[in-house]
Amino acid sequence: MTATPRPPLKELLAKASPLRSGDVLAGLAAATEEERVRAQMALADVPLTRFLHECVVPYEEDEVTRLIIDGHDAQAFAPVSSFSVGQLRDWLLTDAADADTLAALAPGLTPEMVAAASKLMRLQDLILVASKCRVVTRFRNTIGLPGTFSVRLQPNHPTDDLKGIAASTLDGLCYGCGDAVIGVNPATDSLDNIIRISEMLDGLITRYGIPTQSCVLTHVTTTMEAIARGAPVDLCFQSIAGTQQANASFGVSLALLQEALEATRSLRRGTVGNNVMYFETGQGSALSAGAHHGVDQQTLEVRAYAVARRFEPLLVNTVVGFIGPEYLYNGKQILRAGLEDHCCGKLLGLPMGVDVCYTNHAEADQDDMDALLTLLATAGCTFIMGIPGADDIMLNYQSTSFHDAAYVRRLLDRKPAPEFAAWLEAVGVLDPRGALVPMSPGNRLLALSDGIN
Amino acid sequence: MPDVKSPVTDPIADQDSPVTPDPWADLTRFTAARIALGRCGSSLPLAESLRFKLDHARARDAVLAPFRQGEIAARLAEAGIPSLELESAVADRNEYLTRPDKGRTLSPRSRDILQGQGVGHDLCLVIADGLSSLAIHQNAVPFVRAFLASMAPSGLSVGPVSVVRHGRVAVADEIGALLGARLSVMLIGERPGLSSPDSMGVYLTWSPRPGTTDEARNCISNVRRGGLPLAEGVRKLCYLVEEAFRMQGSGVGLKDRMAPGYLPFGREPALPE
Repeated sequence: MTATPRPPLKELLAKASPLRSGDVLAGLAAATEEERVRAQMALADVPLTRFLHECVVPYEEDEVTRLIIDGHDAQAFAPVSSFSVGQLRDWLLTDAADADTLAALAPGLTPEMVAAASKLMRLQDLILVASKCRVVTRFRNTIGLPGTFSVRLQPNHPTDDLKGIAASTLDGLCYGCGDAVIGVNPATDSLDNIIRISEMLDGLITRYGIPTQSCVLTHVTTTMEAIARGAPVDLCFQSIAGTQQANASFGVSLALLQEALEATRSLRRGTVGNNVMYFETGQGSALSAGAHHGVDQQTLEVRAYAVARRFEPLLVNTVVGFIGPEYLYNGKQILRAGLEDHCCGKLLGLPMGVDVCYTNHAEADQDDMDALLTLLATAGCTFIMGIPGADDIMLNYQSTSFHDAAYVRRLLDRKPAPEFAAWLEAVGVLDPRGALVPMSPGNRLLALSDGIN
Repeated sequence: MPDVKSPVTDPIADQDSPVTPDPWADLTRFTAARIALGRCGSSLPLAESLRFKLDHARARDAVLAPFRQGEIAARLAEAGIPSLELESAVADRNEYLTRPDKGRTLSPRSRDILQGQGVGHDLCLVIADGLSSLAIHQNAVPFVRAFLASMAPSGLSVGPVSVVRHGRVAVADEIGALLGARLSVMLIGERPGLSSPDSMGVYLTWSPRPGTTDEARNCISNVRRGGLPLAEGVRKLCYLVEEAFRMQGSGVGLKDRMAPGYLPFGREPALPE
């Protein structure tokens, strides 16, 4: 007698994954709808303990796997250790799984367990479970408190013109945006340019006493050089992924990220906390780098969150629709991926934001973004991007706008981070109820870009 | 602190308009970003909502517009430039968007055509629709004509121009290898931006062959009217071609250090029509 061979966990995870073009491109997706649902049924019965013994990427070959396995907290895992994946999903929806319980559980969950449970969830499950998680981080303000909704102000400019960056920054501040970070993607990665932009943003924050942080999104090694040169670096940015090989294609390792964390913390520029890292991720990045090890893109995305949580970030942002239709084909796939990423990141204890976005070659439009934005906001998404008119003229994609952020805050009565909200009220941008006040032509904020060259 | 007690009315605003204007419209001179849009309540005024929609519609049309391959070939022929009409292994536009691997591979028919050509050119030119047929319809033919005229004094030999339907950048590697070219130059429609649906990219690859990776290429981006003008793009391409032949390579080692007064191959450049 021989038993039916048990399919490897990574095969089950891939076939149970709701349809997306990246898994089809990788040749990992279920061949039929029925095969997909049968895989979900089989996955539901897998005991969680199996995830601690069967790694989807070999332990010996991959430092992310070693981080996950060696860092697993058995005590935190104990309350759910007898569960199957399906039972975890059911339990997460009960009132027993409240904010405190979920926070205590987070170190006991591996990314693969969380990814597996999310594959069995409908959108409303992803929303409800995420909404119960509380993740609060601090640097110059407090991000993630109940009733708040934060925004990264993204004032990019195609030639890094400082006046142009300042103009978009002013536009965003006047719409109450920028509490998560004022973060610029530079068009040019040269060290001098990075320092020039950092100094300008630091000047604005200092001059106006804005309780927020700045970031110039460049490679960690460039940020570390900028720190060595004395640049005013608040947050250290890096793109990360879920395998060692994919991270290597980004030019990073866990050791390098540790160095970057320590270098940034050494500046001690935070006033209310010391979360200094800002990470970006996105489904499909490992496949795109040829480093996916036959694992589906959503599972790998959640593994990237294991990398992120090691470094106690202020912000983690999944750039969900940026990568293009070969990974997430249309509005439907982008919608689900955004809610999955947010929910899985929150379950692992991360301050998750989402870049609700699409490119012009994806089957998506503003209606799809409105749907995802609204659902994410109800799910308690920590922050979104704020870009003038939702049109990033440097990166050539569409994200969310300052108006979109104002819409969410008005619809769901959400406020900016409390320190930032108080500042906005003091400078005459918001009224005490949190509504936008028409700007007085004499408001000194309007002089923000004066003197910048 | 600013005077927050001052009245909130804007003297310029139309009293009857439901739109609250943003009093920083003068800053639009520093950026093309969509700033100072005003608001109705906290939402986007309709005029801007429609303007955005129109830009998105144009970008979508650029991605989906059928590639007028025969017309490109005919316009090249008119200028006395021989070309080959080829296609990648992609069947249709939808497959093009979801299977980048197939867009990098030639169809068997195209491979046969190339195998029937003479080999051993210094340079091969490839034109592909990429993600914007519009970019190619508007820019490719005048660009090729000006480039060939500018490089004529160099004495470098050029094979027939390959015009490829549903092509990705790397399809030029297989073409260059089959033609035995020392350098490939690829003109391709770039992913359309909301305000730049007609942007063309130019890629140079020394010793092209299948499996070449992106760090071995040089790129000139955003060639279009309103972006990098065609004449400037041609001048930059001539510079990179000269440098590639001088250092016998391309990619990260080939730095763009073009001097402001650079003359292609030592001559006044031919201007695109």
